[in-house]
Amino acid sequence: MSDHIHREESYSFNRHTLEYIQHAAEHGLYDIRGLGAKRKLPTFDDLVFLTASASRYPLEGYREKCVSKTVLGTRFAKKPIELETPVTIAGMSFGSLSASVKEALGRAATEIGTSTTTGDGGMTPEERQSSKTLVYQCLPSRYGFNPDDLRKANAIELVIGQGAKPGGGGMLLGQKVSERVAGMRTLPAGIDQRSACRHPDWTGPDDLTIKINELREITDWQVPIYVKMGATRVREDVKLAVKAGADVVVIDGMQGGTAATQQCFIEHAGIPTLAALPLAVQALEEMDVFGTVQLIISGGIRSGADVAKALALGADAVAIGQAVLMALGCNSSSYCQDGERVDATDDYAKLGTAPGYCHHCHTGRCPVGITTQLPELEARMTPEWGAKRLKNYLQVLTMELTTLARACGKSNVHHLEREDLVALTIEAAAMAKVPLAGTNWIPGQT
Amino acid sequence: MDHVIQLDLGRLTVRELNNYLHHELPNVGHVSNVPGSSGHIGNVPHVEILNPNGMHSIAVGLDAPSEIDIRGHAGYFIAGMNKQAHITVHGNVGWSVAENIMSGTVRVKGCASECAGASGHGGLLVIEGDASSRCGISMKGCDIVVGGSVGHMSAFMAQAGTLVVCGDAGPNLGDSLYEATIYVAGKIHSFGADAQEEPMTAADVARVADLLTKSGITRDPKLFKRVASKRSLYHWHSDAGQEY
Repeated sequence: MSDHIHREESYSFNRHTLEYIQHAAEHGLYDIRGLGAKRKLPTFDDLVFLTASASRYPLEGYREKCVSKTVLGTRFAKKPIELETPVTIAGMSFGSLSASVKEALGRAATEIGTSTTTGDGGMTPEERQSSKTLVYQCLPSRYGFNPDDLRKANAIELVIGQGAKPGGGGMLLGQKVSERVAGMRTLPAGIDQRSACRHPDWTGPDDLTIKINELREITDWQVPIYVKMGATRVREDVKLAVKAGADVVVIDGMQGGTAATQQCFIEHAGIPTLAALPLAVQALEEMDVFGTVQLIISGGIRSGADVAKALALGADAVAIGQAVLMALGCNSSSYCQDGERVDATDDYAKLGTAPGYCHHCHTGRCPVGITTQLPELEARMTPEWGAKRLKNYLQVLTMELTTLARACGKSNVHHLEREDLVALTIEAAAMAKVPLAGTNWIPGQT
Repeated sequence: MDHVIQLDLGRLTVRELNNYLHHELPNVGHVSNVPGSSGHIGNVPHVEILNPNGMHSIAVGLDAPSEIDIRGHAGYFIAGMNKQAHITVHGNVGWSVAENIMSGTVRVKGCASECAGASGHGGLLVIEGDASSRCGISMKGCDIVVGGSVGHMSAFMAQAGTLVVCGDAGPNLGDSLYEATIYVAGKIHSFGADAQEEPMTAADVARVADLLTKSGITRDPKLFKRVASKRSLYHWHSDAGQEY
């Protein structure tokens, strides 16, 4: 036999799989990690715009105005949310993130004119104070959930699930459950905290209708109520949320991130954002509420091009989480201290990883001070520095969005439409329900 | 002479009712002294809600000292997120009565359906009859006293506070308990993951006696069994298997 045969790696039992099996055999516990799916998936990169030419004319890219104002929650709420950009900040908890990071998110969102969102740990005073528009999550755990903060919220997001772990509950390992985090969650400090996956006071969609009604009664029908779900049976779930009375539906695709969950969840549950979005739009159209119930899409949104494509496919806004953390320095080789860059590669190495590969949010030992509760690490990311970075990033996303919209001849980013897009792969064409580039073919439809 | 404000849900909508309770009631200066409603007597406005007829979300989100009597059976989420008010339902209630209660008292003269007192942070919920499954689920510091029995999965993931059950408890009591304590006078069908019976101390007897007194329920506190967390699931370990 040749060396080639002797050293042939098995496709099914390759080095990655062998490591997984041997790790499982060694420890008897599944792997837990942070961030989102790492596997290759169809994404918005598989779509391109048919920008203007002879058959369409563009707007002047540097001169003519392109509106990015976004209004959410017009269905029932007396006070809908008004934003300057359709790029919103997704729910991330105090606990998974430091209080400094939460403050930075609020400052940047306020400067740019968008909203930020609480998470599975309640509302911190820093967050409320720094955020002009704050969405308050009502999660299955109900950690820190109270009527005073509810009345301070500009919108309420009832969370049924998230893209990284649809059907699963939250998780915060003991090293991140500091005294303050534990106090807000009414739990002993230092325990491995497992959040519920179902709400404590309702179960099915009929109950959800009554729950939404209760929240409206408590808040005197003032603020919008969002319903957030992980992307699985999207068409059916969106219809149920609409029927239950949601003002806004939030769909989080499988690329959506988390601070900690089982690896098997992250990589093997839910459907890609690209596939989820058209299903949600279809559901709204079939219920005749497209435009009446607003749609936010999240899960792996990275660039202004992603935002533009999401809007063209029918979303009213996007929510970003992981990209926000990366703007703050997640997976960077260094952090900023007193205006100087400080190398952090040794701290990555202590976690068994390196910049560019880290997903160790669950450990609480974030080398760049973002997903931590340790004071010495939290000091590596100050609210002022983080807010400036994030403001810049949000600004770029909005500029890229309006640039593409103008090139498509749109004076308002919400005028982008499916007809502006084609797909580069058959898979993307089938999922996004747009033609394969150079053809009129939409797999499954034409 | 006492002045009772009567609000008739045969003529008002629930939204109009709650709007009144949120914004006008806190400014009412009348004095109530009505024994035998919730047991609370004080210088607070007294409201009677007539014809609840199983409607949902009655008297939710209150945040003012007041005495509220709901005359009849009511639906889901009655007295949700209550602060300060003392609310009595003279009938049965549906799911999730007094969910997320923060303070004050909610009393149900009849029976309660599922998830009574879910995620309650403070205050006292009294159910004079039976409570269905998941009573006290996710509770975070409130006290719940049930005159009758509770259904399955009661006090599931309960974090803090006290659940007193004068009757029996259904299957999987106290599953995944944190720091809440359960006291049961009758039979316990089975314990959930990480829950166990522990010896009653003098402090436990005193705690039960105090809550029974506050609830107006007569029962010998020495008859109760104490159930609390083994705390074996507080940290991940491979022996726990399906418990995770």
